[in-house]
Amino acid sequence: MNWQPSASLQVIRERARIYRQIRSFFNTRGCLEVETPVMASTTTTDVQIATIEVTGFEIPFYLQTSPEFAMKRLLAAGCGSIFQITHAFRQGEAGRLHHPEFSLLEWYRVGYDHHQLMDEMELLITTLCLRQCSFTRITYKDLFRQVMDLGVDEVTLEELRDHCAKSVPGTNAAEFDFDQCLDLLLGMVIAPTMQGYQFVYDYPLSQAALARVSEDDDSVAERFELFFDGIELANGFSELTDADEQRSRFEQDNAARAQKGLPQHAIDERLLAALESGLDDCAGVALGLDRLLMVLLELDSIDQVLTFTD
Amino acid sequence: MIGVFSIGTEMASYSTNEFRSGLKIMLDGDPCAIIENEFVKPGKGQAFNRVKIRNLKTGRVLDKTFKSGDSVDAADVVDTEMQYLYSDGEFWHFMDPQSYEQQAADANAVGDARQWLKAQDNCEVTLYNGSPIGVTPPNFVELEISDTDPGLKGDTAQGGTKPATLETGAVVKVPLFLEIGELVKVDTRSGEYMSRVKK
Repeated sequence: MNWQPSASLQVIRERARIYRQIRSFFNTRGCLEVETPVMASTTTTDVQIATIEVTGFEIPFYLQTSPEFAMKRLLAAGCGSIFQITHAFRQGEAGRLHHPEFSLLEWYRVGYDHHQLMDEMELLITTLCLRQCSFTRITYKDLFRQVMDLGVDEVTLEELRDHCAKSVPGTNAAEFDFDQCLDLLLGMVIAPTMQGYQFVYDYPLSQAALARVSEDDDSVAERFELFFDGIELANGFSELTDADEQRSRFEQDNAARAQKGLPQHAIDERLLAALESGLDDCAGVALGLDRLLMVLLELDSIDQVLTFTD
Repeated sequence: MIGVFSIGTEMASYSTNEFRSGLKIMLDGDPCAIIENEFVKPGKGQAFNRVKIRNLKTGRVLDKTFKSGDSVDAADVVDTEMQYLYSDGEFWHFMDPQSYEQQAADANAVGDARQWLKAQDNCEVTLYNGSPIGVTPPNFVELEISDTDPGLKGDTAQGGTKPATLETGAVVKVPLFLEIGELVKVDTRSGEYMSRVKK
């Protein structure tokens, strides 16, 4: 009977160390630690995320794919800047870098935009690394231009599919839509070339998720991701605070779900009501703690940082 | 996990989240086996499964990328333990030791395995829609040397090897002291001589 943890004792102690440092970092910087439920009666409408349903209640409950909606309700209630270390759950995500249950650090800064939040992330990660780390920032568009000489604004769907077929043999790119092509190229062609800590920011509007549209360029949303050597560590936004715009994005998600034959999810009306009551401008980010540990300890697989994987 | 089988004559299918090494799927009309499966999702967007696949008919290995959530047809492929009987020159005949049912595999299906096939040895025969498409010999076989240069008496410790033709036609490198008529153990995966076998 194999009862031993899959993580080494060194990893288990390292996780404890970074959790202590994260808490001390935010406590000294005036950010309040909060806790929100991992199980709730509503869930994300995001087309790319499958939620794990919990049965046995009168109504279905869902394991939370992210604490975002609950934390935004706390922000609207006047909590000020907040952070949380919690578990999130995503069905079907399993592999070298994925586990259906994972740990994340999510925090929100009232009055920040996504660049100020990236600044704070650099500080946090440098603290956790115990050494000086260097960071680079590049826009999504510049990244595609730099690595693939591809203009995301100018390219047609047909050209994009050709790029996919050429760069990733054995791909049925003829079936892909625009964003699926971009996702394929980012994941299989661009990410393997990325080195060190790199922020990618200002994503195409079609990939805005819960980010607000940029005031300087209405073709992009103020969303960013942090990569280390091409491994995604974090995703953040200058948060969308407009309830009407948020509702219309949820509805678009559900329309896309219907088209793909995926289950549609009830819109989280309590989140929309909270936005309606007024949410100050803020920026928030979720940082995957399992992957951060992998990177800090130079490990290859997420299993090596999880105590048990079943 | 178990494949989603629909009732009736329709082919079973697998979703990408059931992909694992060893799974047999249909691709471009040919039965294939998954060798490696990697889940790739670089951010919030579309997830993909990057898989290494062996075409079981041609033996060729290729890379394929699926959108996660896509389904592919299952291939009706089973690996079954069978006893090798004989070859008539055109076909190699095998028998299921339980049912005594016989199968005839052509040269294409037998491939490189033919050089290791000795009557009565158990092999793994891969059946696709009930017909052989592949034969895997046992990892180790014991075969008689049918031809080799004369042995060097007493030379049991020195390195040195010479080619020897075995009873099935395979040619392997053996130590210099071995003679025609002796029995040797060979690893069929590497084609390497392992040891002399006492008769």
